[in-house]
Amino acid sequence: MLARRILTRLLTTLVTLLGVSIVVFVVIRVVPGNPIAMMLPPGATQADIDRLNALYGFDRSILAQYFIWLGGVVQGDFGTSIQTRQPVLDLVLRRLPATLELAIMALVIAVALGGFLALTGTRLRGTATEGAIDVGNGMALSIPDFLWGLVLILLFGVLWPVFDISGRVSPSLVPEFYTRFFLFESVLRLRFDLWLDLVRHMLMPALALAIPLAAIIGQLLKQSLKETMHLDYVTLARTKGYGENHVIVREALRNAVLPTLTLIGVQFTFLIGGTVIIERLFSYEGLGNMAIDAVINRDLPLIQGIVIVFALLFTVINLIVDLLYTVLNPRLRNA
Amino acid sequence: MSAFLSIRNLSAVLKGGPPLLRSVSLDVAAGEVRGLVGESGAGKSMIGKAVLGILPRAVEVVEGEIWLDGVDLLRLKPTERRRRIGATAALIPQDPMTALNPSRRIGPQITDRLVDILGWRRAAADARALELLEQVHIPDPARVMRAYPHELSGGMRQRVLIASAFAAEPKLIVADEPTTALDVTVQKQILRLIAQMQARHGTALLFVTHDLGVVSKICGTLSVLYAGKVVEDADVRDFFAAPAHPYSAALLAATPRYTDPKAGLNPVPASVIKAVDAEISAFDRGWRNG
Repeated sequence: MLARRILTRLLTTLVTLLGVSIVVFVVIRVVPGNPIAMMLPPGATQADIDRLNALYGFDRSILAQYFIWLGGVVQGDFGTSIQTRQPVLDLVLRRLPATLELAIMALVIAVALGGFLALTGTRLRGTATEGAIDVGNGMALSIPDFLWGLVLILLFGVLWPVFDISGRVSPSLVPEFYTRFFLFESVLRLRFDLWLDLVRHMLMPALALAIPLAAIIGQLLKQSLKETMHLDYVTLARTKGYGENHVIVREALRNAVLPTLTLIGVQFTFLIGGTVIIERLFSYEGLGNMAIDAVINRDLPLIQGIVIVFALLFTVINLIVDLLYTVLNPRLRNA
Repeated sequence: MSAFLSIRNLSAVLKGGPPLLRSVSLDVAAGEVRGLVGESGAGKSMIGKAVLGILPRAVEVVEGEIWLDGVDLLRLKPTERRRRIGATAALIPQDPMTALNPSRRIGPQITDRLVDILGWRRAAADARALELLEQVHIPDPARVMRAYPHELSGGMRQRVLIASAFAAEPKLIVADEPTTALDVTVQKQILRLIAQMQARHGTALLFVTHDLGVVSKICGTLSVLYAGKVVEDADVRDFFAAPAHPYSAALLAATPRYTDPKAGLNPVPASVIKAVDAEISAFDRGWRNG
């Protein structure tokens, strides 16, 4: 049953990606701005422009261009970046790990922080602490991630410079890595010197992405925990002799997590969207930063490739959330 | 004190609001089955909750004592009180559809108290749970132990909850309208089962219900509540022969008779309500002045 569900999802994903590629393909070709104009020096002749247009196939109809591109994609060729003349796939795959690590780090922080706030708020419900948590959550929620980024840069990069606020890792350390997954690799190889340097760089952008999500998780999880605490099975557990902490964690938490989980899935895709600006802000060499450059330079094949990767990422996240939901909720298991 | 559970002058209020319990006193001796009857809102469930330490936060006990097995629960620290209640008393809840945790398997929900609170070994607790599930006539108990609540019917779940209540061999069980949420046909079976289990284990039972028919079948004694006050405390046989309080008599007369449908419904007469309300107000005046 599970296998069939995954298969259905993968097929849906394929259709989604096709749709996304068509929309993006058309949009970036219809909006003003010409990649060829960006490449040529001022005063280039019409003949030069025509020659380059023909080289990149921009002289053909959009439909024809799309099918040429799609034909390449089917064979694993996403085209060549106009700006760097390198294959799009290589460029994207080199940057993807950086963004993935940043997003996952942010997610882990958000879940830990939000979970802690929710559990504390539930434990101390009705007290001033819960009120303080609500106010803090409200503030964290009403400030978007890029403003948090600026605040963190000012606080921990300028006023009290304990963190590095630019880049992913100290440039001198880059040759130490074999893969592009710097953070995972440093942990696996037990190179904690590298790990520390990475965290010094990544913590601030990750935190900027995590704070709004942590607030959302904290708020929603606390709400559903408090509702769950009134249910009969929680009361029954109390009569057995269990205390507040035990009741919250073992009886209420798992059932309260379900609605939050759906939300985390949706919000995580927003968080990945947020990496675009946050990476720019922190000069972090990830996919989002590259996306901005690609848009500025009208690097059409690269934009196309990045968007497809983001779309793929979103569908994979939704699939994972779906599967987790099935694992956590026994009622769905044989449905 | 000979009674296993002895409630003395228990009064409780809704915080900043009206009284819910008015100097309630009642005893349940070891092995005794006491019915606690009254209309909805009379405070019968509140008494059960007070005994089990699960009063809602909005309810405040203003005076009184709850002696359970020789200890006044209200004088214990919360942690100690919880442990004590968990080790000596148990609850058969009202609605079996909501009283089991949907994301935990049945087995652990029966054995958790044995292992965590009473310090049994897991294997012994599992064996005990199997034994109890057999006692409540659950077919294939080993499979049920591994099942999730949604795989069982309402009647089955109530059987599981009964097994769970008796598993730790408590001296007192509070049954809070345990048949109200069930199908009429299942109600009878569950009632018979509770009576059977009570007789077998010799447990004292505080049976909260609004149904006098149920009381006549299962209880030895009963307390009648009106507006949080015990208006009659009697032996069941005496009560059904000749209720002492006019309100009790009216309540008894109001019980629908299935054998004589033409008799119709006999609501408690307004004059009786008026009289008992006057009694309550008089009590409240005395309470405030005293």
